[in-house]
Amino acid sequence: MSEQIFRARHAMGPTVRGPALVANDGFSARYDLDRIKGIFSRPAHKLAGKSYVGKILVLDTAKGGVATAWMLHEMKSRSIVPLALVLNSVNPILAQGAALGDVAMLAGFDEDITAAVPDGAEVEVNPAEGWLKLI
Amino acid sequence: MKLNDEEQDILAGKAGSLPQQALQHQIKVGDFFGAKDLVPVTQAHIMADTESLGEAGVQWLEGLAATTEGQRRVRIPTITDPRGTDFAKADLLGQTSAMLDLERRAIAAFEKLGVAMTNTCINYQTIQPPTRDEHTAFGDTGVVIYANSVCGARSNFEGGPSALSAGLTGRTPRYGFHLPEQRRGTVRIQVDHTPSSLNGWGALGGVIGRLAGNYWAVPVIEGFEGAPRSDQLKHFGASMASFGSIALYHLAGLTPEATRLSDIADTNLPVHRVTKADVEALQKSYHTDDTVDVVVFSAPQLSLYELGDLASLCDGRKFSVPMLAVTSPQVKPDSDRIGYTARIEAAGGHVLSGMCFYQSYAREISEARGWRRLATNSAKLVNILGGYGYRPMLASMEACVDAAVSGRLVRT
Repeated sequence: MSEQIFRARHAMGPTVRGPALVANDGFSARYDLDRIKGIFSRPAHKLAGKSYVGKILVLDTAKGGVATAWMLHEMKSRSIVPLALVLNSVNPILAQGAALGDVAMLAGFDEDITAAVPDGAEVEVNPAEGWLKLI
Repeated sequence: MKLNDEEQDILAGKAGSLPQQALQHQIKVGDFFGAKDLVPVTQAHIMADTESLGEAGVQWLEGLAATTEGQRRVRIPTITDPRGTDFAKADLLGQTSAMLDLERRAIAAFEKLGVAMTNTCINYQTIQPPTRDEHTAFGDTGVVIYANSVCGARSNFEGGPSALSAGLTGRTPRYGFHLPEQRRGTVRIQVDHTPSSLNGWGALGGVIGRLAGNYWAVPVIEGFEGAPRSDQLKHFGASMASFGSIALYHLAGLTPEATRLSDIADTNLPVHRVTKADVEALQKSYHTDDTVDVVVFSAPQLSLYELGDLASLCDGRKFSVPMLAVTSPQVKPDSDRIGYTARIEAAGGHVLSGMCFYQSYAREISEARGWRRLATNSAKLVNILGGYGYRPMLASMEACVDAAVSGRLVRT
């Protein structure tokens, strides 16, 4: 089977592999998530009601405030955390949160990554080499 | 990232383990964004409510605070965003002793690190506004966008761990809005009216935030009549930052870097028109019910002038549903002394201090108190609270006070 690779300009964190949860929508841990149940809870979010736990989130851009800088670390301590965050663009807060929580993150692609990755696809994220691969 | 001699010593641990750990974090973030070096900062502002921190975050702070005395203090003025409670009003909010214990532990850790517990998201009104070109490490998006746009200072969004790191090292990675080229306008917005109400300013900020779309966008806004007041730009910026993650805007002819449009934007930028109808549509989209369980004025914390306006609206009224007004610990004593607090309380309202509603376990408050239908004049607050299970509604301060009396929010 052929493999498709998408390269990111910004990357950090460990290499991970898992199912992609994809939407052309934004991301903020405070605004969008029920961090107790591990689901998207903002009614207007395109992933409302879906579990993010253990998923490689593929979204458009960072939204909202600064709380995500703490919340990724907090969610990871309870194992209720996305496996990786892959976005067309991020703000400093997501990067700072990924750095504290040691969560894999990629951002900045030549294509719209939310259109390139099918929802539910098995993907590998390799920040050291700066790419996402469809398996 | 290029480090000078002092920074290399910090990284080698010669200044202690805390600055070393802080610099390692900053290098990780700086490398991610391609920062070439670090820039000295004069002040830091830390967002660290315990709902965000959780047990894990508080333990992390306590680990830092356990460092030997004399090796653990911040090296520049470092202050805090609102806490997760007003201890004096915790019963009103239905908060548990576990929440309060976590808050006390976080405060104790911060104090050991030399952080000043100002507990405010309006430090540009109450502590010390930054000056033009002053490099800072501010947390709270509302603080950053006001500092960058209205004051002409230079800051990125610095989340709690990064703002604390800046406090410990006295510097931050030089990327984003520390760079002059990043501060140029990317989109022109032409407005057809100048709002008068705070909710109107917030709603306009929300429309522009959605339109601009992401952190790296810099809207240049034209068409306002007169000079906006600080509270108006407070709501405008906080909402724009909330809806769009925007950290900097320019008002042509008004804000410090935008004396002339050509100073901050290419004339061939795309122009988007934002109309009064766009703003009203955003407000109406949140008006999903006619009854309210609670009225909240918060996000950002209220200035003394806002509390004065609120006190005037409360005179001679009697509330049938809870009404909460949240301010900073710097403003509250003046509100008490001048008599605003007493006038609000005489109507049955509550003045809380040092917290912000959405940073105070909003989901648990809703469940404990049965508050779901919430009226506010803060566009930022309505944008946040949907994810916490509320049905937030945006209206003027006058309409919100009326709703606190009658329990019904009149459609406008």
